[in-house]
Amino acid sequence: MTAAFFYKWRNVIHKISNLWMGISIFFIILLPLSIGLGLVLKSLPIMEDYSFSSLILSSEWSPSEGKFGFLIFIISSLCLTILSFIIAAPICVFSSIYLTQFAPNWLLKVMHLVIDVLAGIPSVVYGVWGIIVIVPFISNVVSPFINYSASGYCLLAGSIVLAIMSIPYILNMLIEVFRSMPIELKEASLSLGATEWETIKKVLLRQGSSGIIAALGLGISKALGETIAVLMVVGNMVKMPHHLLDPAYPIPALIVNNYGDMMSIPMYDTALMFSGLILFIIILLFNILSNLIIYRGKKKYE
Amino acid sequence: MNRKKIEASFFRYLFAVVTYGIIFIFVYILYVIFKRGFHSISWSMISEEPKGGFYMGNGGGVLNAIVGSFYIATGATILAVIIGLPVVLLLNVHLVKYKKLVGSIRFLLDILWGIPSIIYGAFAFVVMTWLHLQASLLAGIITVGFLIFPIFARAFDEVVRTTAFGLLEASHSLGSNHTEISYLIYFKRNLPGFITAFLLAFGRAIGDAASVIFTAGYTDHVPMHLSDPAATLPLSIFFQLSSPIASVKERAFASTLLLTIIILVISIISRIIYSKIKRYAL
Amino acid sequence: MHYKEEILDTVVSLKTDSIISIRNLNVYIGSQPLLKNINLEIPRNKITVILGPSGCGKTTLLKSLNRLTDLQHNLKTTGEIFIDEEDILLSKDELTRKRQKMGLLSQRPFPLPMSIYKNISFGLKIHGLANKKNIDTKVEKYLREVGLWEEVKDRLHTSASRLSIGQQQRLCLARGLAVGPEIILADEPTSALDPISSRKIEEKFIELKNDYTVILVTHILRQAKHLADHVIFMYDGKVVEQGSPNKLFNDPETEILKAYIEVGH
Repeated sequence: MTAAFFYKWRNVIHKISNLWMGISIFFIILLPLSIGLGLVLKSLPIMEDYSFSSLILSSEWSPSEGKFGFLIFIISSLCLTILSFIIAAPICVFSSIYLTQFAPNWLLKVMHLVIDVLAGIPSVVYGVWGIIVIVPFISNVVSPFINYSASGYCLLAGSIVLAIMSIPYILNMLIEVFRSMPIELKEASLSLGATEWETIKKVLLRQGSSGIIAALGLGISKALGETIAVLMVVGNMVKMPHHLLDPAYPIPALIVNNYGDMMSIPMYDTALMFSGLILFIIILLFNILSNLIIYRGKKKYE
Repeated sequence: MNRKKIEASFFRYLFAVVTYGIIFIFVYILYVIFKRGFHSISWSMISEEPKGGFYMGNGGGVLNAIVGSFYIATGATILAVIIGLPVVLLLNVHLVKYKKLVGSIRFLLDILWGIPSIIYGAFAFVVMTWLHLQASLLAGIITVGFLIFPIFARAFDEVVRTTAFGLLEASHSLGSNHTEISYLIYFKRNLPGFITAFLLAFGRAIGDAASVIFTAGYTDHVPMHLSDPAATLPLSIFFQLSSPIASVKERAFASTLLLTIIILVISIISRIIYSKIKRYAL
Repeated sequence: MHYKEEILDTVVSLKTDSIISIRNLNVYIGSQPLLKNINLEIPRNKITVILGPSGCGKTTLLKSLNRLTDLQHNLKTTGEIFIDEEDILLSKDELTRKRQKMGLLSQRPFPLPMSIYKNISFGLKIHGLANKKNIDTKVEKYLREVGLWEEVKDRLHTSASRLSIGQQQRLCLARGLAVGPEIILADEPTSALDPISSRKIEEKFIELKNDYTVILVTHILRQAKHLADHVIFMYDGKVVEQGSPNKLFNDPETEILKAYIEVGH
């Protein structure tokens, strides 16, 4: 009975399913566009009243007085991202080389487990860990060591936590890059008389260069957007950071922290959405560029 | 010749140290979370709502957040599947011959995957103020759903892509239409991968804070209706941590441990289910 | 023709002037044997063809000769491989020097991710050549040797991956020759090429044997008959028959080889 029932409705189900699929696809295209549009529309008021350069280049931030200079937050975000990149990138490149060229198979499997779990740990947990471990370390050990007084809630703390959070993603992609290289390439280089290390340095890294750049680019875009963990350890003071141990105030933290005040001060909500728009655009650019590189790279092999 | 050897050895050791260092950090993070949180965990923490003055040292638990997080995560993941499942199947069954189109859609999915939760949260906030909506469970579900659907779609797509092309050809030659092939064959075949992707998205939904902060609000009560605000574990941890009272901070660590355990359990379950079902799906 | 084959038979069987001697070579992957008790002599300055069905171990044998088998973690090798009287399996010292004696040509061309020029200069620089003029000269020399010079002389510094597959394979051959090997190992080098490019490579091998020893793995009977001075037929990890091509193709002794030749027709 049921088979016959289904048979009769076969075409109807097919049509409904196609409709469902069509809606989903439409939705996928719609979503990023509406996000962009929404942010732009919400940011328009502040762009009408203030010039773009005064918003980006001024570091005077006093919303209640109508002063909206985002420089401190932009610089904070940039410094944070660059620093975490400096920490995470070499670690990931070195480790991916070791895992794919030198290490025994079981180590790679263990590493995949570690990566999976680390990637799944929520942002807030990393923040808590940062508060328990990194912040006191900086205030009790690093700060006296270099003779610079600091509470521990600073750029360095944010960068370290951010770096650790980025490692699973970047490392995963880099491992993929190296594993997708045909082993015959390594064989060809070795049979020319190159050593294993020379092969890695001069051949494999070159072959994988586009993939490596793409992976690092995606890592950067993730770091720019990371909110909670950084928020908890970076200090959140509206002052331009001049030193690694100075507190900083990246854009995501700005948005989250002032969510409550947003509606009570005029222009505040537009201002915050404007900063969100800037962040969105930068992240989108990195994202698109990195993905383009990856797609070009994949094409070569097909 | 010797210089080359020394250089090679040096780098090899350096790389090994870095690799084991990563594993060490991983273990260390879990160790610290467990150690700090363990002694503050109690049954009442899991089973009670925060009583008045919870954040100032009085009694109660984080049931509000636990339930809130589960509701949001479940709702969001279901939403993500509703949007994402047809797309993935579409890519791999219906459109498989339109390589450029499929490539573009995958590209789009990858872009969406890279958008951070704060952007989704901010956007949701913009929409909600425009529509004069209050923070609610439903808003949280929708926002988080949008956030995690690329995560689900990408993970599931990775698995479905590897299904042998011959299966598609064989199914077509049996006279199946696309819908039947998608759901009856491809979906069943990739059920283990589906579950893994589902749990992956679910785990992300539970742990995310930036997308719920504006949209789900916060409350000390377990949400009863979709229009109620809902607390989430990450936010609960955050607020407890902001309290000046030491014992509340300790409770925050316990809540962190709780959240971590939930995530680890999900990860383990995902692996177990994957290996168990793998035999049957084939 | 007949006379020449008989002399070759004698020369090889007397084991005079063999450049490679393989004794009791066994290669295992885990506990499964890939090569079983191989004992072989490879004659100098001749083209030796290793023939056999898929999975018989011929590629493994080839790769053991320059120890590329080391690249796989659970591969175990026992026995001795003497190249010019030196057992290359004995120790890991100076492996690069030992590998330099052999050039490798794979099934599909694998140009290094660099320009055409750099593909050839790579090996030269590794081995210490620094003078730019010397390198230029050598690059031209080896590109001429494989017949590529006229085709690429105007775009030496463009990426090697832009060449056609046939050109890439010839480039890989030039690259391998540039480091001055004595032996050329070729693993089904024409399997990815069109007939014309294949022909060019085959003709090149015939020229090369004057100065080099060539060991060619193939499953193309026509190619084997055309090129071989000495044939080794393998099956299931063992050497089943070996000798002059005349003998093996016209008067095979074992049933397996008989069947293989029949199927090939």
